[in-house]
Amino acid sequence: MYAIKTVELTKKYKDLTAVDKLNLQVKKGELFSLLGVNGAGKTTVIKMLSGLIKSTSGDAFIEGNSILQNAKAIKNIIGLSPQETAIAPNLSVKENLELFCGVYGFSKEKSKAKIKELSEQFKLHDIMSKKTAKLSGGWQRRLSIAIALIGEPSVLFLDEPTLGLDVIARSELWDIINSLKGRVTVILTTHYMEEAQALSDRIGIMKDGKLLITGSPDELMKMTSADTIEKAFISIVKEDRI
Amino acid sequence: MKTFTFADRCSKEILRDPLTLIFGLGFPVILLLLLSAIQANIPVKLFEIERLTPGITVFGLSFMTLFSATLIAKDRESSFLQRLYTTPLRPIDFILGYILPIIPIATTQTVVCYLIGFLLGLTVTMNILYAILMIIPVSVFYISLGLLCGSIMNTKQVGGICGALLTNLSAFLSGVWFDLELVGNTFRKIANVLPFVHAVELERAVINGSFSEILPHLCVVLIYAIITTIGAILLFLRQMRK
Repeated sequence: MYAIKTVELTKKYKDLTAVDKLNLQVKKGELFSLLGVNGAGKTTVIKMLSGLIKSTSGDAFIEGNSILQNAKAIKNIIGLSPQETAIAPNLSVKENLELFCGVYGFSKEKSKAKIKELSEQFKLHDIMSKKTAKLSGGWQRRLSIAIALIGEPSVLFLDEPTLGLDVIARSELWDIINSLKGRVTVILTTHYMEEAQALSDRIGIMKDGKLLITGSPDELMKMTSADTIEKAFISIVKEDRI
Repeated sequence: MKTFTFADRCSKEILRDPLTLIFGLGFPVILLLLLSAIQANIPVKLFEIERLTPGITVFGLSFMTLFSATLIAKDRESSFLQRLYTTPLRPIDFILGYILPIIPIATTQTVVCYLIGFLLGLTVTMNILYAILMIIPVSVFYISLGLLCGSIMNTKQVGGICGALLTNLSAFLSGVWFDLELVGNTFRKIANVLPFVHAVELERAVINGSFSEILPHLCVVLIYAIITTIGAILLFLRQMRK
């Protein structure tokens, strides 16, 4: 069984087709990156899969649960870190983590254990009492991913997780994302080609709502005779344009 | 339990914003002191402490609309709500989570206003307790109005509509600053159709012990509180489904 399977998944906004008959399969524990230029439909795919917007037609299955029929069940098995950091600004790091532990209905003991586990995994000890509004972008992103993991999801959606971060902060987040491989199925969208190359088991390239191709970074580079994913991406997207 | 977890977060977000203290408590208190000082020099029936305190108390509640609308608009803009929509929180948890924590803030504001009223010569009677109790449906109206506005407006619009327009409209149409008869019959009729003047007259009737006058004003306030709350819930659910 695939962790994620979409069947002709489509989203239309009046005359615009944001996602066009997407057929995609992602294996359990796989880190799958969706690449595409602005407006390609990456975020729309994530929003449909996480139940934030309804598809116009088609269906998708998360761990066998249909997004149309079992939306409630899906909420218990997914985690989302949106493009924006989406954390409570006037709450401390610890309070943010406590809030989401409460949202998932954890007992006091479980909340305490989960916060300890995440603070170790994400090295949050020194900033636990800091208001999140005062944290740097890198720390906010780190907390955002930690929050997305509170519900112990089997599928994690990371929408542009390193957007706007400096090289060091990005590299630290890559280490964290890499550590999730195998345990959690991760769907990642990014504009950074080197990020996709460094992290992904497989990559899907989207353009104008359509999935052009999927494959491992090596397969895509071999297919286009390119030595980097960036070159492969440009070649695939441009070729489609001709 | 999840409702209270979310309500606790909303309460912290509002109380940690310095504007809450400035507008929520500071501004009504300053108005009471200022208008009482004017009254001491140029006595006007409208600004007698028995009429002024209930008026300012109700006027102060218009800031609850600003608080709730700002919080929801910010949560929408920062994608914080989107993230929460992917968790097991139910619509009722969101709605109660936004409304419930502001009721104690509104009640505290009312208590502070009446305490200042005592210092300025308001007679201490049991009626004050009833007046504090009667403030609850008025608060629900103002808070739900905020939920309604925050569900459809952005932070900037909320600042303009709820922060400037509503507070002024609420003041002008409530008969706190001037006798509605002075402006003319049409203005008085418009004011009487709206809940603001009824909220003030309700509080004044309770303070004065004119219990026979309470029911008609209470009915208008309750009708508006119910309609606004239903409207807010529907709009919130609509934007949630979007």
